Amino acid sequence: MSSNESGTNAVLSAVTLSKQVSSPEGSLTILSDVTFDIGSGESVAVVGPSGAGKSTLLALLAGLDLPTSGYVTLNGVNLSELDEDGRARVRAESVGFVFQSFHLVPSLNALENVMLPLELASHANPRVAAMDIIEQVGLADRYRHYPAQLSGGEKQRVAIARAFATAPAVLFADEPTGNLDTRTGSTIMDLMFELNRRSSTTLILVTHDTALAERCDRIISLDGGNLVSDSRVAA
Amino acid sequence: MKALVFAIRSFGRELRSGEVLVLLAAVVLAVAALTAVGFLTDRIGKAVARQANEVLAADLRLRSQDPIPDSWREEADGYGLRTADMVAFPTVVYLGDNSALSTISAVSAGYPLRGTVRISEELFGDEHDADGIPRPGEVWVDSSLMARVSGKVGDVLDIGTAQLTISAIITYRPDQSIGFASLAPTLLMNEIDVPGSGLIGEGSRVRYALLVAGDHSRVAEFNDAIEDELPDSLRLRSAEESSERAFAAADRAQRFLSLTAVISLLLSAVAIAMSARRFAHRRMDTVALMKSLGATQGFVIAVAMLQLVLVGIIGVVLGSLLGFGAELVLSWILADIIAGDLPKPGLTPVVLASGSALVLLVGFALPSLIQLRDTPPLRVLRHDAMPPSPSRIFVAGISLGAVALLLYQSVGDAMLLIIMLSGMIFIAAALYLVGRALVDTMGRFRSGVGIAWRYGLANVARRGRASAVQVVAFGLGLTVLLLLTLVRTDLLEGWRRTLDENAPNQFLINIQRDEVVSVANIFASRNIAPPNFSPLVRARMTSINGESVKDREYPTRDAEWFVNRQQNLSWAQTLSASNEILAGEWWPDDYSGPPLVSIEEEVSVETGISIGDKLQFEIAGQELEAEIASVRKINWDSFQPNFFLVLSPGALDDYPATFIASMRIEPAERSALAALVRAHPTISVIDLDSILQQVRGIIEKASLAVQAVFFFTLAAGIAVLFAAVQSTIDERRFESAMLRALGARKRIVFSGVMAEFAALGAAAGILASAGASILAAVVAVKLFNLPYTFNPMLWVAGMTAGVVVVCASGFFAARGAINSAPVDVLRGAGA
Repeated sequence: MSSNESGTNAVLSAVTLSKQVSSPEGSLTILSDVTFDIGSGESVAVVGPSGAGKSTLLALLAGLDLPTSGYVTLNGVNLSELDEDGRARVRAESVGFVFQSFHLVPSLNALENVMLPLELASHANPRVAAMDIIEQVGLADRYRHYPAQLSGGEKQRVAIARAFATAPAVLFADEPTGNLDTRTGSTIMDLMFELNRRSSTTLILVTHDTALAERCDRIISLDGGNLVSDSRVAA
Repeated sequence: MKALVFAIRSFGRELRSGEVLVLLAAVVLAVAALTAVGFLTDRIGKAVARQANEVLAADLRLRSQDPIPDSWREEADGYGLRTADMVAFPTVVYLGDNSALSTISAVSAGYPLRGTVRISEELFGDEHDADGIPRPGEVWVDSSLMARVSGKVGDVLDIGTAQLTISAIITYRPDQSIGFASLAPTLLMNEIDVPGSGLIGEGSRVRYALLVAGDHSRVAEFNDAIEDELPDSLRLRSAEESSERAFAAADRAQRFLSLTAVISLLLSAVAIAMSARRFAHRRMDTVALMKSLGATQGFVIAVAMLQLVLVGIIGVVLGSLLGFGAELVLSWILADIIAGDLPKPGLTPVVLASGSALVLLVGFALPSLIQLRDTPPLRVLRHDAMPPSPSRIFVAGISLGAVALLLYQSVGDAMLLIIMLSGMIFIAAALYLVGRALVDTMGRFRSGVGIAWRYGLANVARRGRASAVQVVAFGLGLTVLLLLTLVRTDLLEGWRRTLDENAPNQFLINIQRDEVVSVANIFASRNIAPPNFSPLVRARMTSINGESVKDREYPTRDAEWFVNRQQNLSWAQTLSASNEILAGEWWPDDYSGPPLVSIEEEVSVETGISIGDKLQFEIAGQELEAEIASVRKINWDSFQPNFFLVLSPGALDDYPATFIASMRIEPAERSALAALVRAHPTISVIDLDSILQQVRGIIEKASLAVQAVFFFTLAAGIAVLFAAVQSTIDERRFESAMLRALGARKRIVFSGVMAEFAALGAAAGILASAGASILAAVVAVKLFNLPYTFNPMLWVAGMTAGVVVVCASGFFAARGAINSAPVDVLRGAGA
């Protein structure tokens, strides 16, 4: 594992990350020369206006996409050196996701959705483990419901349960409250921070909700694809 | 292993949630339709073939001029086949002072192996099925022999040294049409009485036959086994060559059934392809999610494949059961037509249907599933991230090829397959291109129409490629259905013509030149239209272009047999209406040059004798040379006297000729026939009514099969249209919910969707009409030997059917989507 400036162990490092895409008007830079380290157990908010490159950064950090230049190391592994299956294996071992639009599998009920990553990771007893975490997010009585039968807040709880089910080293959350009303959003975030604290997972939270960002240990601000600030939040 | 467990588990979940139901339904329907069509074609095909075999009174006939060695009978026994013996020879029979030349057929128990002999107790009286063969000491004679010897039932005939009692009059023998042009009056007797007659000795003109019948496949095996071992003295005869007339109908029925099987398969291919597309498409989001959760490409592909296998297995099992059930019901309905002793249908249709469906499933679903492997996990964040398109055409092409091979195995009609497959590929390509152009054009009209049509047309245009694919699916479905309707109508029409109430039902043979006028007068005096007389001259072909027919090499045994046998020559001034010149020219009406001859097409092909060849004949000790001037096709359905070799006028004037004639005699006029045979005892009357009945039986079965199979295929076609609509159902559900959320009334949304389907249906209908017209023309001419007439109503029917069927399918498929509460749909979209 590499060390960051503060000397703590970095679980996630972005090194001179850049991403360009081709568009009808020529090459478009979405992310330019972004470098930072994130230590184990840290909670980091990535903020910035629409089009700042937040979701692109998240995709690169999670190995869902590859940078044009620079690289990402996750748990000491350079993601750029792996093929797609290699990156998938890293995700199966160390990464969890919570998405803005939940991304539950419509044909699976709540319990089965939570079992999915456990089954993919060949967990010995996926049903018991999934049931345990479903109880922790307060859906014990609704585990047999299908996504279409759940409210937005409930869907996000299922998504959170699914993300934490494998006890990932890093949890990526992409605007997790974006589709929820303020009150539900706040409850959901309480739940997420609580689980995060309990399992000492590193949390990377993409949001443009300043209040939410301030609940994290650290805020990385992007604008126009550039890293404009990287600051710790006063306790 | 992990993939297997996961695949089975998630398959169960998806079954419960209905995710895989559309694809499963497509596979089930494909297997069911193919199985049922296969069963029907198999069974009805056998029924038709068996009926046609009646003309041989067997499935196969081994013929020889020497007694047939027992080894052949034993070999047939070895194949579990039934056999019967027949000995035929000409002799004069006496009744008191009266005598007549007749052909004696002595048969063994079991004759006829196919069909039944019908007899009556008085001349032209009521007939009934005979029970077995004449008892020893008894004979059955035909009406003309009875008339010639002025006999009645109970009289005793002297046949050689034997005295045998007439116990019945034969009105019908299944094999009476074999070589009827040379037929003298017939007498049927028991084989046991032959030695006692002392008629068979050195130098007698005796023909021996071994009749063989049994299980279809065993007969075929026996045929194959002995074909190459036969000595020159033995000739094998199957039903096909014995009655061109009956077989023209049976053959077309078989072809139609084959065509239907091919069409069912093509429809199934389209249905499976459409639903497989949807199956894969719907999986894209799940696959992206699974990949983001750490699933590898191998895992994703293994799960998809395993699920495909599961769909295949369940589809095949359910489909076979359904097909089998449908077959049982159909068999029950057709029970009186499908003869009771017909062998049970084999498992072949099930195997073939299942195999075809699996090949189709893999061929059409696999490319889409392989595409899934490359779904970028980024799709969880950016929904527009799509996998690269697979080379569908390549894989679909391979699977179509595999299916074509499977079909070739069962249908065995390369011409039919080539026409249908290439026609379909061509039409699909045309449908796609024209479909795209139409879709673009339609989009431009939307500013000038009401809201419903604007929404509908905008939808058609926006889904450009998908709409074009739907036009292809609708269009192909409609094309084959229209094609089938057209061919079926033409076929039934053609058969109806065969069954013309005015078709000749009596053949008169052995009319001497000086009897022609008197015969015509017998009918004219009873107000019956006299028949047309055709001259007939017996001849032997001696050489072809100066080379002796004995020395020549022939491509087939049949050809060798044909040139060496006794030829029935005729002459004509004008071409018979039932003939058509294929090559060369028919002689002018006033032709008086050197002898010319016109040859029948198949004989020309088989013997290699063609235009310009000079044929030498020996006729009653004289020589005649004639040059081939044309090749003719004969319509055997016509029931007119027809000849393989017809000469120019005058060519046969110097040779002894007899005349033959065909005519229609109504039941009330039958006394004229009795008067005829009394006045001219040497003339033989052959009652074609029985043969016509035979042909009618075949045609009725064939028509019924055609109708039944047609409806089954129709169902498969509608399934295709349904699958095509289903493939866009998710998008529709979301759109209609959104429109309704924006305040559109349900009726508006519904009209919009219907407008879209109407537009698609009309486009597909027009294109299908064009495709079906072209294909029907090719199929009619090339496969069914039927003349093709352009039918403008087809276009009206095509377009109407397109709009109605597509709208109806659309209505049922999209109804749920439109009726679901917007809030549920919009909520579900964010799952």
